[in-house]
Amino acid sequence: MNETRVLDFERPIVELEGKIRELKGLLAGGSEDMAKEIARLEAKASELQREHYAQLSPWEQLQLAKHPDRPYTLDYIGEMTTDFVELRGDRAYRDDPAIVGGLCRLRGRRVLIMGHQKGRNTKENVFRNFGMARPEGYRKAQRLMKLAEQFGLPVLCLIDTAGAYPGIGAEERGQAEAIAASLELMAALKVPTISVVIGEGGSGGALAIGVTNRILMLEHSVYSVISPRGCASILWKNAEAEQTAAEQLRMTAEDLLNLGVCDGIVREAIGGAHRGLTVTAAALEQALSDHLDQLAKLSTEELVADRYAKFRAIGHIEQAAAEASEG
Amino acid sequence: MAWWRRKKEALERPESGGKISVPPGLWTKCDSCGEITYTEELVQNLRVCPVCGHHHVMPTSERIAAMIDEGTWVEHDVDLTSGDPLGFTDSKRYVDRITAAQKKSGRLDAFVSGTGKLDGIDVSAGFFAFEFMGGSMGSVVGEKCTRVFERALEKQCPALVFSASGGARMQEGILSLMQMAKTSAARAKLREAGLPYISVLLHPTTGGVAASFAFLGDLIVAEPKALIGFAGPRVIQQTIGQELPEGFQRSEFLIDHGMVDRIVSRLELREHLGQLLRLLGSGEAA
Ligand SMILES: [Zn+2]
Repeated sequence: MNETRVLDFERPIVELEGKIRELKGLLAGGSEDMAKEIARLEAKASELQREHYAQLSPWEQLQLAKHPDRPYTLDYIGEMTTDFVELRGDRAYRDDPAIVGGLCRLRGRRVLIMGHQKGRNTKENVFRNFGMARPEGYRKAQRLMKLAEQFGLPVLCLIDTAGAYPGIGAEERGQAEAIAASLELMAALKVPTISVVIGEGGSGGALAIGVTNRILMLEHSVYSVISPRGCASILWKNAEAEQTAAEQLRMTAEDLLNLGVCDGIVREAIGGAHRGLTVTAAALEQALSDHLDQLAKLSTEELVADRYAKFRAIGHIEQAAAEASEG
Repeated sequence: MAWWRRKKEALERPESGGKISVPPGLWTKCDSCGEITYTEELVQNLRVCPVCGHHHVMPTSERIAAMIDEGTWVEHDVDLTSGDPLGFTDSKRYVDRITAAQKKSGRLDAFVSGTGKLDGIDVSAGFFAFEFMGGSMGSVVGEKCTRVFERALEKQCPALVFSASGGARMQEGILSLMQMAKTSAARAKLREAGLPYISVLLHPTTGGVAASFAFLGDLIVAEPKALIGFAGPRVIQQTIGQELPEGFQRSEFLIDHGMVDRIVSRLELREHLGQLLRLLGSGEAA
């Protein structure tokens, strides 16, 4: 990817890579020792990169999660699956291209896969509404989930949205109901379900396809109750406080693992998924396959019970002293 | 809020659904028509303006007293309180906000759960306390609401939730978001068991509460002119950059768009809910 857009904190790494490339060119056809030296430098460089990217601030993680070159749902579907057939429409109002879904095979196993789909450029983003779904998007998702249940197919959901779309039409057609109904449907679905946050996990619009047996996150993805900017403008009364909000919200994959929400982090290519789609997709494919193998051992009742227990346990509650308990 | 309105703490709090007593001589001005009414008279009228019918904000204790039969209310989960799982600090520390809200509201968090009778029918009920941090849903609210559904299942009785909330509580981050999933999963169990759940939408019901159990009622009833929706009007306005239509996201707008079953005046709400429950088979001889 030569035309990658480079973020500030990515610059030193990109420059280092350029220098190694340059050096390789200069020393092409050199001695075996030289080749060894280059290999050593390259190993050193990737070690440095790994360290660098393991220490990103939450704010930098957020920038990677929203990186304009970050792979989207259809990129992963293209890399990980075969026989993908997209299925469209909610059978009630229209097709919402902000969510895509369809039938496919993952390592030969028949599954139903869906996810939010962002656009790569302005034209695509107008079509995809920046991956911000309207009620018909969630109702399409519900239809596909029922289809999967009917035919005993596991459901894989790739989460990547800033949030559900806040618009007049979306409210008229019941955005709140559409999300709510998705949550309830997923909670009781009688097939194995796995969600993966591949980029931005934004609020209810993300969770609407995320009530699953397993929640995975790509290394540099984020998942939050509200965007740091939205949070900053409400709690700090200043949208510019978004970097602080990003830290306070504990939205990185590591944070969610520690909070007991995320079940596993999938490593990305060094520098982020946009710098190595193939490697990242292969890691994700492996993780999905492993989790599907585990879930395949559960009966229908056990699957629903497993999911209920997972979400039932999430939260942090304390017991007040007895005398303070009545107002 | 008008300066002469009395402080809430001074109200006597009935713990078992009895009459509210208000010291005489205090006045409240109607937010809608401007009419000045004796507070005592207004409270007796369930805070519905006797002149224009405007539904004023109703403290949770008065709400419980108005909906639940006298002497039948048993509050549960009374000692659940929020921790600070993220160590969250904005302009104030979250723990300090909690303490301040507890002092101001006299409640430990933004939700009251319990059991009692509504118009003679056993119910498991939950009431949002909007006076506590805008009724925002964190771990405690999610837990208590989940228990309302679980308790209905256990007692084989209907569930009712009276929602008034700005949505998920930001200070508990992702844990707040996940309460939407937890409560909806509990609600799903009730549906499977064939027990009724009526959701009552009060002013305002938005965000993560609207987008979970509040819109999952078998029946959804709203008070008049309540603001109900997913996104707040300000966010929508900023996103689309145009004025919002008159009455947008109000109960009347929702009923026109097929999103709620009924709009019911607070003065008739209890009887109406009782009638609906009986029509669904609750409280009827088997
Ligand atoms: Zn009035």
